[in-house]
Amino acid sequence: MKTIKILGTGCPKCKQTEAVVRKAVADLGTDADIQKVEDIQDIMQYNILSTPAVVIDEVVQIKGRVPKAAELEALLKA
Amino acid sequence: MFTWIEWLADQLIFGLLGLAPDTHLGAALHFFVYDTVKILLLLFLITFVMGIVNAYFPVERLRSFLQRNRLFGLEHLLASIFGAVTPFCSCSSVPLFIGFVRGGIPIGVTFAFLITSPLVNEVALALFLGMFGLETTLIYAGSGILLGAVGGWVLGRLGVERYLSDWVQKMAEQPALAGDFEENGQTFRQRLPGITQEALSIVRGVLLYVLVGIGIGAAMHGYVPEDFFEQYLGGGQWWTVPLAVILAVPMYANAAGIVPVIQVFVAKGIPLGTAIAFMMGTIGLSLPEATLLKKVMTMKLILIFFGVVTTFIILSGLLFNLIL
Repeated sequence: MKTIKILGTGCPKCKQTEAVVRKAVADLGTDADIQKVEDIQDIMQYNILSTPAVVIDEVVQIKGRVPKAAELEALLKA
Repeated sequence: MFTWIEWLADQLIFGLLGLAPDTHLGAALHFFVYDTVKILLLLFLITFVMGIVNAYFPVERLRSFLQRNRLFGLEHLLASIFGAVTPFCSCSSVPLFIGFVRGGIPIGVTFAFLITSPLVNEVALALFLGMFGLETTLIYAGSGILLGAVGGWVLGRLGVERYLSDWVQKMAEQPALAGDFEENGQTFRQRLPGITQEALSIVRGVLLYVLVGIGIGAAMHGYVPEDFFEQYLGGGQWWTVPLAVILAVPMYANAAGIVPVIQVFVAKGIPLGTAIAFMMGTIGLSLPEATLLKKVMTMKLILIFFGVVTTFIILSGLLFNLIL
């Protein structure tokens, strides 16, 4: 099972990202642990400069933008 | 370049709706249609160009460049220019701030970026270009970038590191993290759809503000008498500038909503310098931003930061009124 973390302090783009992630996971029908990381100290552990970011199994895959569903599905299948 | 929009607005308002150009309603509606179309178009063009710049020069690249090179003071200007071309999102300002501090970038340089990023952004530029023309836009952008560079430099000289939150100070003491910027190797053609979509989504995001702002501006244009403000706020007594800025700082408004209103102020007699200073105070500093920054700064630093930037905004407003 993959662990997906959405990093963001609660801005509109972060919420959009969460929605895209949840939809992609549901569409693929895979099992994933989706976590929303909102604490800035935790977010900064990942050495990113802009939010929202998507971390899959502790690797930063997307940063500073809302990902597209197809893009996420490709990342999740990998 | 914009004559076809003029024609379009003529056809729609005077032709299709049959309103006379010399009525209040006709003039206001014409103004609304013309400005809306023009500004949305400019907004798309500017966000598109900035998207291209950003695809090749993301902030990660700036950070790794600043880590490797010492520019003898020019790094403040570089960070400020980057702040201007990077699309601003208030929720990214905190991660960016910490990321720079952690990467060993001097605090003054970090502040230069932080000041300019909201102050000179794609939305403000598109609206200025549409409502005031090229010359005023260049003055606005140039002075915003200069203000960020000088403000950042001053804050750096004040040695404000000691007023960062404890956990940020601890982070700054750790060995600097290597900049992990890598080219993603996509060709321009591959990037184009993403850049276009991003530009469209920015335009969509501010569409409502543009409509409301231009709507208010159009209504005021038709109904507020000429020289209305001049009667009450005078032709530029010096104290109107600090007053306008101090009123503007706690306020937060999207540039899209505020520029069309400011344009009416200027048309009805408020000096341009006062108007620009008001605008800078509104979009450059705000209470929501202060709340966000509280996570990484002590109250004292927020006050110093706001104080320095407010002072420079007031000074530039006074300067504009003298020279424009």
